[in-house]
Amino acid sequence: MGYLEIKDLHVSVDGKKILNGINLRVEDGQVCALMGPNGSGKSTLSAVIMGHPKYKVEKGQIILNGKDVLALQPHERAELGLFLAFQNPIEVPGVGLSHLLWTIYRKKRGLEKPTPQAMAEFKKEVTAKLELLGLNSAFMDRDVNGGLSGGERKRTEALQMLLAEPGFAMIDEIDSGLDIDSLKAVASAVDSLRGADFGALVITHYQRILDYLKPDAVHIMQDGKIAASGGPELVQKLEKEGYGWLAK
Amino acid sequence: MTANIEVNQKYAEKYGWHDDLQYTHVTQVGLTESTVREISAVKKEPKWMLDFRLLALKIFEQKPMPKWGANLSDIDFQKTIYYMRPSDKKTGNWDDVPEDIKRTFDKLGIPEAERKFLAGVGAQYDSEVVYHKIREDLEKKGVIFTDTDSALQEHPEIFKKHFGTVVPAADNKFAALNSAVWSGGSFLYVPAGVHVDIPLQAYFRINAKNVGQFERTLIIAEEGSSVHYIEGCSAPSYSQDSLHAAVVEVIAKKNAKVRYTTIQNWSNNVYNLVTKRAHAHEGATVEWLDGNLGSKVTMKYPSVMLLGPDSKAEILSIAYAGQGMNQDAGSKVFHFAPRTTSRILSKSLSKNGGKSVFRGLVRIMKGATGAQAHMKCDALILDKQSKSDTIPSLEIGEEDSKAGHEATCSRINEDQLFYLASRGLSPDAARNALVLGFVAPFTKELPMEYAIELNRLITLEMEGNG
Repeated sequence: MGYLEIKDLHVSVDGKKILNGINLRVEDGQVCALMGPNGSGKSTLSAVIMGHPKYKVEKGQIILNGKDVLALQPHERAELGLFLAFQNPIEVPGVGLSHLLWTIYRKKRGLEKPTPQAMAEFKKEVTAKLELLGLNSAFMDRDVNGGLSGGERKRTEALQMLLAEPGFAMIDEIDSGLDIDSLKAVASAVDSLRGADFGALVITHYQRILDYLKPDAVHIMQDGKIAASGGPELVQKLEKEGYGWLAK
Repeated sequence: MTANIEVNQKYAEKYGWHDDLQYTHVTQVGLTESTVREISAVKKEPKWMLDFRLLALKIFEQKPMPKWGANLSDIDFQKTIYYMRPSDKKTGNWDDVPEDIKRTFDKLGIPEAERKFLAGVGAQYDSEVVYHKIREDLEKKGVIFTDTDSALQEHPEIFKKHFGTVVPAADNKFAALNSAVWSGGSFLYVPAGVHVDIPLQAYFRINAKNVGQFERTLIIAEEGSSVHYIEGCSAPSYSQDSLHAAVVEVIAKKNAKVRYTTIQNWSNNVYNLVTKRAHAHEGATVEWLDGNLGSKVTMKYPSVMLLGPDSKAEILSIAYAGQGMNQDAGSKVFHFAPRTTSRILSKSLSKNGGKSVFRGLVRIMKGATGAQAHMKCDALILDKQSKSDTIPSLEIGEEDSKAGHEATCSRINEDQLFYLASRGLSPDAARNALVLGFVAPFTKELPMEYAIELNRLITLEMEGNG
């Protein structure tokens, strides 16, 4: 199951209003694109859906698979299958990427203690996914996002997402700063999760990634609201005309 | 408040209990010349040592209490017991250790650790070492690992040549106190060219109430040798304060390498006032790894005198200051010779109103050409009630040298917490991961067993912080 519904969501930060009544529904098994000019509130929306404590939800609902998650803490939302691939993944010094991956892996499978068998399977799975994403196994010895290039960070975000096997993923500008091969790798990683039980909101500025991902629907945000919704044809319109045509 | 009670209860369970023991010799409460004479007589010491002690007592009495650093005004020297002998036997056979003492160290996991991963072990109970053992092959190579009292009796020449040469009695008030009433501690001698491949460990346990522990450790690494020595400490949680004033002297001769690791985990009624200093001769390396958890007040600044050219000092430390604790710790390095290098890295954590202070001093003397020094201290403050101070000092007397200093002071980063939470970590687990990550540059240097234990201790301290 992976459907997400946002109803009349109003959000402020430090007293400043940034989301002004978002209404959005992503159906089960759908991948939707979320586009819009810089500062329109796309990243804020994804952080609010995940539950970042800095944002104040003033009104509205966030419903995941029929359950209002607004009162839940971020880790509880993660346990319900929500995942956020960050636009700018933060460095976490001293915390090993392998440790975080293991945590994600064991939580997904309900493992408490690392048995030799579970560790072996974990290692096998990670190795396969590293290869899929074109990452060297030496990355496993790194700290979370420690000393990684922008593109490497994006790919380790994708790696975590693959291990988490989320029911609903928000993928925030995973394509920015990626060369064409990495972009293909990341897009096919997302694509591999696709299915009846997986929904996703792909935030992007560019058509490129959508050429690979083929979104079921496209939503355009402006000034903290959904300003337009439609099919894939909207992407072409944006490429040609920019955002100028959107009604203020 | 609840969090702290919980932490103390956990300390109480693991370390905070005490055993009721019949001591074989106890001096009267308080410190006079006759206390010092009594200690020396009980130990049947040579006259030079008695004279050394008596002179040190005079110095102690003349020196004022330090006016800087932590508040020491509550220490009452006349309420402390300076010498308590738990047993008349010292033994290298675990079966011969008196039952009640054995029970203590069994609970602390000492003999188990020896079997698993140590080349030798010493165990001190209040004033005296009750057990000392070294792997036979090392003994055959001439390595001496015994308690300091036995070394004075059994190896008088090596002893007298080195004792008190690194930390003189007049160094500071507490070094003088230790010099007057010292008892126990480790004596480690590594002959030229001998490499001790796995660590040697001593464990210091305060058991009785009101007792002071004044061990004296002396490590001599002869030319081209290497050794890693580890010490651990703990004490019961009494309502009265205890005093721990140790002196540690390390001598690393030409091209020798000494690593000295401390994981202290005192209960929060202990004044921990320790002088640790090393001499590094030509090409030698001295590494202090100093982990400070617990205690009421700690004042401790492991230092290295880089005496010979190309010698190296590395000092890594962590300090955790919880409720009612003041960790005043730091490091000192003196560069006396050309091409000497030093690196200081200090990590401090403060929580529940604890206060941690880092004092760092690097002095590069004229003539220490090509010397390089780097000092870094990172403080992590875990709540609004807690405090951290950084007092670094670089004194450069030689133009042809390089010295740098960095300091960071931070609180738990909300975005890092959120990142980990989005991966399914609970707030406690995420905070714990960040704290352990913060101290990782220290823990990754420890032998695995100690790294795990230290992470576990920090996790215990962190628990219940909602």
